[in-house]
Parts: sequence; structure tokens; C-alpha cells
Amino acid sequence: MDIKREDLLRLYYYLKLTRRLEDRVTSLYHQGRILGGAWTSNGTEAVSVGYGYALEKNDIAAPYFRDMGVFLIRGITAKRIMAQYMGKKTGVTGGKEGNVHIGDLNFGVFGFPSHLADNYPVGTGAALAFKIRNEKRIVAACTGDGGTSRGDFHEGMNFASARKLPIVFICNNNQYAYSTPLRLQMAIKDIAERALAYAIPSKIVDGNNVVEVYKAAMEAYDIARNGGGPSFIECKTMRMHGHSEHDSARYVPRELLEEWKKKDPILTMEKYLMENTIAGKEELDGIDSQVKKEIEEAEAFAEESPYPDSEDCLKGVYATPIEEERGI
Amino acid sequence: MKEITYLEAIKEAMDEEMARDPGVFVLGEDVGVYGGAFRATEGFYEKYGEWRVLDTPLSESGFTGAAIGAALVGMRPIVEMQFADFISCAFDQLVNVAAKNHYRWGAATPIVVRAPYGGNIHGGAFHSQCIEGFFFNVPGLKIIAPSTAYDAKGLLKAAIRDNDPVIYCEHKYLYRRIKDSIPDEDYIVPIGKARIAREGNDVSVITYGAMVHTALETAQLLEENGVSCEIVDLRTILPLDKKSILGSVKKTSKVVVLHEQTKTGGVGAEVSALLSEYCFDFLDGPILRVAAPDTPVPYSAQMEEAFIPQTKDVVAAVEKVMRY
Repeated sequence: MDIKREDLLRLYYYLKLTRRLEDRVTSLYHQGRILGGAWTSNGTEAVSVGYGYALEKNDIAAPYFRDMGVFLIRGITAKRIMAQYMGKKTGVTGGKEGNVHIGDLNFGVFGFPSHLADNYPVGTGAALAFKIRNEKRIVAACTGDGGTSRGDFHEGMNFASARKLPIVFICNNNQYAYSTPLRLQMAIKDIAERALAYAIPSKIVDGNNVVEVYKAAMEAYDIARNGGGPSFIECKTMRMHGHSEHDSARYVPRELLEEWKKKDPILTMEKYLMENTIAGKEELDGIDSQVKKEIEEAEAFAEESPYPDSEDCLKGVYATPIEEERGI
Repeated sequence: MKEITYLEAIKEAMDEEMARDPGVFVLGEDVGVYGGAFRATEGFYEKYGEWRVLDTPLSESGFTGAAIGAALVGMRPIVEMQFADFISCAFDQLVNVAAKNHYRWGAATPIVVRAPYGGNIHGGAFHSQCIEGFFFNVPGLKIIAPSTAYDAKGLLKAAIRDNDPVIYCEHKYLYRRIKDSIPDEDYIVPIGKARIAREGNDVSVITYGAMVHTALETAQLLEENGVSCEIVDLRTILPLDKKSILGSVKKTSKVVVLHEQTKTGGVGAEVSALLSEYCFDFLDGPILRVAAPDTPVPYSAQMEEAFIPQTKDVVAAVEKVMRY
């Protein structure tokens, strides 16, 4: 599969945008300038950027929390995300939710529930709707390695496979569920083995190589879109920060981090682009300057944005509120 | 007008809504070829096909989650829990996903979860429970529980057209035991509005579901003793129709709250608290509760009868409050 130069450069741009946005969020967290915690995808950005970029406009993403690349690619701007982190009215959810608990149907992104793998069945349902309505749309649902031990992971995959639904299940295998390493999470070697039980074809890819993730996603989406049913993609990568930014992750052996540092997804992509003479350093620096500017603007926008009104807390519980509910 | 049972009313509501709106579909265990454990979807598979009447794996969280996802992209799924008791397996999807989608990120989730609930059918602890209490403390959900065939149809239609997740508690004991004359034309019963099942002046009996019929029997018996009971059939449990509850008690000044659900932390506790908070000056006696004891639902007929509130229990409570 040949990838157009323009697409390769967009992949690079989104890798950088994701990294710089989350790096900035991390700094703001340490300065006490965002609300609550900061969960980043540092070191695993190629997963969300790769599978997110392969989606078409009318498709649905049912993400999890290390999927910043998906939010950005779908069109949820860095400004709205930064405002979301600060609990501002202009944030993606208007302050009702924080940080990576992002969803926006205008951009085909389902909200992320903290109960990991919940979006496997939910994504399956959207795929079911597409199949019922005979639409050529697909769903990509994602979870981490931790979520693959939950019942919803299995229930979603089983249902999707039994009905041959147009969905692709992605797993960001970053090797630790909070502090618990893979060996204590499961006895199998590859998470992809779990897909076998549901007769779902799977592929294991280098989760630090955005081109590889993108290609695998494109192939799987194509199968799903043409009635071939679900696939499973295990992206093997490494979470380079703690579970969230409060966590120093001392439980991760330093040698392991050193080893993965060399395989950083951005370095990997830069190397690929330069060795294949797709782009030179100057062009890549140009993209980076654009990204930096965008993040600065996002931060300024978020800082200047108003907070929601405290009375907003009562609004929006129901889509169709019952009048008598108000007051007594 | 035609006379149909409570179960037929449920079936008709779904059938008519499926015919009206191609976005409406049913999913659950054995709802397809078999027509549902209680026959609520009998004939649907032949009429609407396997993609609108979906037999699912035995996987409540999976298919409830799937209903949510389908709703997010414009469908109006009806989930059938084979028995309400199994809804516990879908608790997370209902409480954390469906109930919070709109508040958290502005996405409406129009799903209906049909929950065949309640006892008196010798089903034991896992086929007899009242489940409304599990969800009563969850903002974002709507819970309805019809007591008549008329309401069963009208409320289910309203629920299917509603844009929020609705848990529809259908009482299994009533399925084939009660009938109503139903208009031929389309109608709905609005969610959020209680009904005065019987007017009276001396005491309000506030209840819902199968217990409405127990309350009606009570009222009939007590009428002979000169006691006039007003029966408030809540119909919607979440959110409660506070206006109707307070309105009735302000008129009668005496109240008995009745439900089949176990007593502690039940709907009756909330109704009692509301009355104490907003109606204290009107009360002319203690707020009494008649409810199932705090035990699992027992199997043996003798014990189950002791578990489920009986007419004599309600009569005793009304007589007690009448002494004030």
C-alpha cells in the first residue's frame, strides 16, 4: 500500500500536535493550572494517530483515554481540548467533564467512559446500526491492555463477530495497567490471542510506527466496510509516563524505558521520512513550528475563556427534561 | 376500542412503533425466532426480519452497550431483559454510559430497557426481583412502571419516542391477569405524570405496579367500613411526580406508601422523605410504609406470600393511620 506524501506529512503533524499538546498539559498540571489529573499518551501516540487518520469522515471513533490523536484528527481542536483541561465553558463538554473525557457527535467521536472497554460494546452498537441501515460506515473502538481483561471487551467482540459487524477493535498495548504489568494481567503472550476465541482475524503491529498502524487500520477498515466483519489490531507500544502525571511510575524498570526511548514514535517517523527522502529536516521543523504556535494559541484561548456558571451544574441531565422536575 | 391484556398492550406498543419508525428495533435473548420468554415479540421476527428483531448472545452488558451505541447514531433500540433480574449484568452500561452521556457530553441516548420484574410467580431470588431501586439513585435515567394495560401501551410508546434512557418495569404477574379497553387510535401516556387510580378523601395510598391492584382491593374493602382511600399510581418512578404526590396528601392528610420492592432505601423511603420535607404541616398522622421485608425473594409459596405485601397488610396500615 502506497501512502501519499501529503498523508505522511499529516501523520507526522498529528504525532507532533498530540505530543506537544500533552507535554504542555503536563507542564500546566505541574504548575497547578489545569483542573484534576492529566492522562497522556506519551510514547504511544502512533496508535491513536494511525488508526484515527485511517478513518473516513462519516465513520465513528469509540476511543479510550490515550487517544488524543483521534480527537485532534476528527476535528476537535486543540483550543477546545485545552479549555476542557481547564474546566472552561469553551471546553469540549462545557466544563461538565474534564481532560480526556471527550466526546462530540459532530465529529463522530463517542464519549470515553472511564470504565475501560465500555466502548467496545457501544462501538459495536453503532456498527450494528450501520449494518441495519446498510450504510458503508465503520467503527473503530479502542482500549488499552488493561481493558482487555474486562467482560465488556469480550462481550463487545463476541457480539460483533457473531453478527459480522463493520467494526475494528484496536488495542493500545502499552504494557502496564496503571502499575500492573502484563504478566500479572494475563497468562497469554499476545493480547491478539483473545480475538482468536471470537474468530476475529487479528494483526500485531509495532505500535510505535505510525505508518504500520495506519496501514493495518486501512486494511482492516476496508474489510469491515465491505462486509467482511470485525478485525482486531494489537499495537505493541510502551507508556513512557506514569498512569497519569501524578504517578512517577517507579514500578517500571528504567532499562525498559531506555530501550523504548530509542523507538520513540516521533523519532521513528522522522527517520522514516528523511531516509526515504520524503521530507527534509527543514520541512519537519516547519511543521513543528506550526504545531508550537497552535498549542500556544490553544493555551491562550483556554486561559482567556470564561468558566461555566455554577447553575449550569443543574442543566443537561436529561435530553427531554420533565417540566415538573424544576422546583417544588 | 378493544380489550387487550397488559402483555398484549406491550406487544402492540412495540409493533406499532416499529411499523411507524424504521429506527426502532428490538434486541435481547430469544426475542427473535422464539418470540421472547414471555412472548412479547411473538411474530415480530417474521414481520420485521432478523436485523430488527435480534437474538443476542447471553450477554446483557454487551447488548445493552450495543443498544447505546446504536442510539448514539440515530436508532431507537428496545432492549429486552429476559428477566429484570439480569439487568444487574448491564448495570455499568446503564448507570455510567447511558445515564451520563447527555450530561457529560451532550449526547442523547434514546434507549428503552424492558425489564420484566416482580414476584408472585414462584420464581425465586433471581426471577422475581423488583429492580427499580437499583436505578432510583441514578440521575439521567427515567424509570416507569405501568399498572394497567392502557398505561402499559401508552407509556411504552412514550418511552420509545423519548430521547432519554428509560427503564420500563413491566410486572410479570400482570401480563395475562389484567385487561383494559384500549382505543384503536394512537395514544401515549406522558412520562412523569402520576395518575389518581381512585379518588378518596380520608387517606392516600401511594403506590405503583402490581401493588396498585392490591391498593384497589384495600380501598374496596375499607369503603364498607366508611374509609375513603385515594390511590395514587405513580406510573413514573424517576423522576417522581411530586406535584401529584403532594397534591393528594394535602387533600387527605394521611398517607400509606406501598410497594413490592424491599423496604430499606426504596421508592417509599423517598416518597416519605418528600412528604415530611414539603408536606409536614398537612400531615395528620405518621407516614406509614408497607413494603417487602429486607430479604431476597423467597421461593416457597408460603414464604413468598409473606414476603409480598398483601391486602390485609395494607388494610392494617390504613386502619392504623386512620386512628390518628
